Amino acid sequence: MHPVRRNRLFAVLFLVAGAAATAALVLVALNENINLFYPPDQVVGGDAPLNTRIRAGGMVEDGSVSRIGDGLTVQFVLTDHQGSSFPVRYTGILPDLFREGQGILVLGELQEDGVFSAREVLAKHDETYMPPELAGMKTSGAGR
Amino acid sequence: MMPELGQLALALAFCLSVLVAVFGLAGAQLGRMRWMAALDSLVLGKFIFVAFAFVILTHAFLTDDFSVAYVANNSNSLLPWYYKMSAVWGAHEGSFLLLVLIMAGWTLAVALRSGELPRTFSARVLGVMGLLNIGFLAFLIFTSNPFDRLAPMTPADGADLNPLLQDFGLIVHPPMLYMGYVGFSVSFAFALAALLSRRLDSSWARWSRPWSNVAWAFLTLGIVLGSWWAYYELGWGGWWFWDPVENASFMPWLAGTALIHSLAVTEKRGTFKSWTLLLAITTFSLSLLGAFIVRSGVLTSVHAFAVDPTRGMFILAFLLVVVGGSLALYATRASVIASRVRYGFWSREAFLLINNIIFVVAMAFVLLGTLYPLAYEAVTGGDKISVGVPYFNAGFVPLMLLLAVALGALPVLQWKGTPPGRLWRDLRWMALASVTLGVGLPLLLTGALAWQACVALVVGFWILGTHLRDLWQRGRRGLGRVPLAYWGMFAAHGGFAVALFGIALTSVLSVEKDLRMVPGQTEQVVGIAITFDGVAPRQGVNFVADRGTFLIEENGHRYALHPEKRRYLAREMVMTEAAIDAGFLRDVYVSLGEPLGDGAWAVRLQVKPFVRWIWLGGLLMTLGGIIAVADARYRRLRRRAAAPAGAGAAA
Repeated sequence: MHPVRRNRLFAVLFLVAGAAATAALVLVALNENINLFYPPDQVVGGDAPLNTRIRAGGMVEDGSVSRIGDGLTVQFVLTDHQGSSFPVRYTGILPDLFREGQGILVLGELQEDGVFSAREVLAKHDETYMPPELAGMKTSGAGR
Repeated sequence: MMPELGQLALALAFCLSVLVAVFGLAGAQLGRMRWMAALDSLVLGKFIFVAFAFVILTHAFLTDDFSVAYVANNSNSLLPWYYKMSAVWGAHEGSFLLLVLIMAGWTLAVALRSGELPRTFSARVLGVMGLLNIGFLAFLIFTSNPFDRLAPMTPADGADLNPLLQDFGLIVHPPMLYMGYVGFSVSFAFALAALLSRRLDSSWARWSRPWSNVAWAFLTLGIVLGSWWAYYELGWGGWWFWDPVENASFMPWLAGTALIHSLAVTEKRGTFKSWTLLLAITTFSLSLLGAFIVRSGVLTSVHAFAVDPTRGMFILAFLLVVVGGSLALYATRASVIASRVRYGFWSREAFLLINNIIFVVAMAFVLLGTLYPLAYEAVTGGDKISVGVPYFNAGFVPLMLLLAVALGALPVLQWKGTPPGRLWRDLRWMALASVTLGVGLPLLLTGALAWQACVALVVGFWILGTHLRDLWQRGRRGLGRVPLAYWGMFAAHGGFAVALFGIALTSVLSVEKDLRMVPGQTEQVVGIAITFDGVAPRQGVNFVADRGTFLIEENGHRYALHPEKRRYLAREMVMTEAAIDAGFLRDVYVSLGEPLGDGAWAVRLQVKPFVRWIWLGGLLMTLGGIIAVADARYRRLRRRAAAPAGAGAAA
């Protein structure tokens, strides 16, 4: 083989190998850090895995927010207003737009006792905005 | 009547854009001098009409004309006048009008400053920009008209501007960001004009360089302002979230940074030609992709523009036309480019290539993480995911460290190649010094070693050291003889090192405490005593607030901080207003959570060392971009253009 061609071949092989290794590493990193979203009916129905980092979401049920002890732990219920709801526990400071009736997302783990232990509570910065995950959900109870 | 005049002005601007596109592109193709000669006045006319529409919308805000739907949704009679003015770009329609205005402004600037270019070339540049203007104006007029009326149901008062946006940050952040976004349309237009003219030597790179630098500087400034604003206004002390909308502005920045470096190689060495063209196309396409992400609402983001599928579809179609059209042109024309410039590994060319590869890989990495949720949903048929922050950090941090290592070697490298022996002789002491400083300083000052901080410090000192050494050597012949372009590079690269210090140190050393505090309670945060003194009500212009008082004692120095919990009346929206004692070496950051009864409050106390350095570094980069453009070379270029005609044709 011509030396120039051989050099080119090596360069191309090197590039392909490098690109493949990079792509593999990136995909591993990506798969380790994706958080699947589960709506309330799947959380209640047992579709959501236990003790795995997931996202869930729903509307904060009216009258469900309560403080536990005198610390920063708070418990509330997320519902889809269609019969499915689950309790969430969170320790920390809640975002400003967290309030009853508001659609929110939580990031954390579902425990064996059915309580969702949240590490992050996300409420959006505009009260008219609805996260795409909650787009299909009713925003209030059927009675109103 | 006024709003209808605004609408009419936009329609006229649209017609003029069509004329600019036709006269520019067809005129250059057919060689019609009179068509091309008309371009400057057409561009000026278009700018005037868009500016007129913008003034009318501003007037509607200042006079509380709530019959205009956009004003009614985003303003309120209680709003101070300066927020009424900035509310013009506080939501989707108005911010897009600002974008169109800035685009018309860039087009006008190109028309005024293109005297040194061959007439057919500048006509093609303006023609391409005219085409883009057509798309932008059509989007504004047909999907996002800011002048829509609410008649006859005119509300008595407006719904108010989102309180988060009632802030200095919103006044300055979007205009700067848009200057950058749209500024890259100029680089894009130059690249396409070069392809259309088959003028693929290094001259188009020389013409495009100052524009690209300025656009890049504005985008840098816009991102820095956005980060700073999020830091103090969102109330919880974060400065970057890898949010889809942040990524939307960051991807063009990454590609744009690669572009301005690649342009330098193309101009000076006449190589990387087709690669530079591709980068110019990519950068502007990413700006458009950003517009799609922000304004279509397909991705979950804290930046809330109301969701409207037609808008998303329009931008997506426009994006496909722009990307498809420019890539098709590139594919048919770029193959004629052949460069026979050879260079070795230890050369500036090779290291600028490394720079380009790293920036493009980083951009692709962010792009993948940002769009992956969309792809996942499409493939799995509706499963929704989000990509966590660790993904972005895992890829981005090593890439930037690698970049920093390469950057430190740059000042010693020469074009074509450098003898490795000389590299070793010039760099070994710098390498030793930066490792000593990077490991020694944290040991000396804190008595502890966080390896992440050490790595960042080492590469930061490495960049600063090699660049200062180079400046000192050049400066021996007189600092005044060092060209401005060099100072620009020096400032930008120094800014990168400063930002690196800031990011590493604030990530590793920040202390954050969420806790319940009762009045009189004192809490120690890294040697700073913070005493909660209670909360008192306060009445603001358009809000009521609970105003906390915190007494701080830091190294014998005493002061008070007053964070607030505000409730804005028009929207009944609650907002945290953090109190920050900003400093060069550290920020003390206090924010109020919610009341817990009996006078107790949930409180977040933070001490964030070196956090200002992040933005200081970004400002230095901005400054560098601006200084480089002021270089004498570009002034000479213009003076030469004033000389007798015919000079431009020789290339």
